Amino acid sequence: MTELKRTALFDLHRSLGAKAIPFAGYEMPVNYPLGIMKEHLYCRKSAGLFDVSHMGQLVISSNTQSMQFIASELEKLLPIDLIGLGKDRQRYGFLPNKEGGIIDDLMISNRGDHYFVVINASRKEIDFKYLRENISKEIDVDLIKTRALIAIQGPQSEKILSNLIGELSSLKYLDVNNFSYRGEILWVSRSGYTGQDGFEISLPNSLCEVFCENILDQDGIEPIGLGARDTLRLECGLCLYGQDLNETITPIEAGLKWAIQKVRRTGGEREGGFVGQEKILNQIEEQPYFKREAFFPDGRAPLRSGTKLFSDDSGKNKIGVITSGSYSPSLERPISMGYLNHNKFNVDEPIFGEVRNKFFSVTLTKLPFVPTSFKRN
Amino acid sequence: MKFTEEHEWLGFDGDMVKVGITEYAAEQLGDIVFIELPDVGTSVTKGQEIVVIESVKAASDILAPLDGEITEINNAIVDDPSMVNNDPTGEAWFFKMSLKNQGELDGLMSEDEYKKHIE
Repeated sequence: MTELKRTALFDLHRSLGAKAIPFAGYEMPVNYPLGIMKEHLYCRKSAGLFDVSHMGQLVISSNTQSMQFIASELEKLLPIDLIGLGKDRQRYGFLPNKEGGIIDDLMISNRGDHYFVVINASRKEIDFKYLRENISKEIDVDLIKTRALIAIQGPQSEKILSNLIGELSSLKYLDVNNFSYRGEILWVSRSGYTGQDGFEISLPNSLCEVFCENILDQDGIEPIGLGARDTLRLECGLCLYGQDLNETITPIEAGLKWAIQKVRRTGGEREGGFVGQEKILNQIEEQPYFKREAFFPDGRAPLRSGTKLFSDDSGKNKIGVITSGSYSPSLERPISMGYLNHNKFNVDEPIFGEVRNKFFSVTLTKLPFVPTSFKRN
Repeated sequence: MKFTEEHEWLGFDGDMVKVGITEYAAEQLGDIVFIELPDVGTSVTKGQEIVVIESVKAASDILAPLDGEITEINNAIVDDPSMVNNDPTGEAWFFKMSLKNQGELDGLMSEDEYKKHIE
């Protein structure tokens, strides 16, 4: 077994009493002494601090070419509008493969003279290699290892963060800007993965611990582990790569059509021209039969990732699979997301999930389970 | 009280033993949200998976500590699984069982031995 990597906040996690688990090759806190349930509810009500330094941070730039050139090169890979992404704006996107499956999902920001991309921990090396091999040699792709990444999420996050770095009210949802702290530059975006208002901050490894200690010294914020990060994102219907997304699932099947701007769709000004365009554009027109759906298990038992779904309670007609499932601390009941094959299933039929050789009935519902609360205006 | 390596405690209740999980186990599991208990009258053998516990994060099994038969179950913890986090060695017992062989109790750990076991 290869040794687990540690983030710049490892010592802080330990001193805060975190329970550590291996995640994507890193030793990460799954929860702190508060526990997943209370951490989750605290973040929804007030604010939470997350270490997401295991995620990849890419800087894409060029010494010889313009941002316009980099954008058009990236648009050959990603089905999103990058030419239209303004300076200091961020956008969700993904890298499709030739069959339309998803190599990774990501957040990309236009920083004026470079693009800043946050990618999944488990896909860092794969993404880096793929980008390096598939874009112009005049473009530099750097996987930066000198910066940590943290998130501050929840309704009190603006107030708490502004105590350290100043006024944040002009930074709206998916805006990005630089802030300074103790002579170092912080890259701050108003975004995150909890479905709430919040910020993600890239900062030098050397500054990270003291910055986080000062954040945690404020009232109304607690450290939150990966356990609650998972339940928070699931409540808001956000996908986790490796569970809800993978190389065999297309963005349209995953319900991510909204992330493909009209300008890149059929009839748009720059339609297609990206990897996987045939499958993806076709599915936008034809509607896939295999689709991500939301489920309420009818009983108390959580139906988790890998649970097979049937249209009968004897396991004869398999119609899908759960890809994420847990207990929802906000709703105080189990919730699940997964995929249904609508060729094998009519919406008026019952659905059963098989757990431990028993069949539990589930009800189809709509995402998100808990409404999002981004600061759009 | 006696203890197993699987972090169960066994209390004595007349001819029956009362079985629950230790504080250490409850803390390790985290917030418990679902419990499935065996039916009264079930014959169990040592090591058999007889209780399902789900925390927010994961599912785990509780094993039968010894051979015997389930004589009573605590439905209160099924209705409110968080009881197990709050009072694991008191109100939140799991089930009572009659033992096939009382002598097997001697093979279990004392409280002091258990404390050493979890250190």
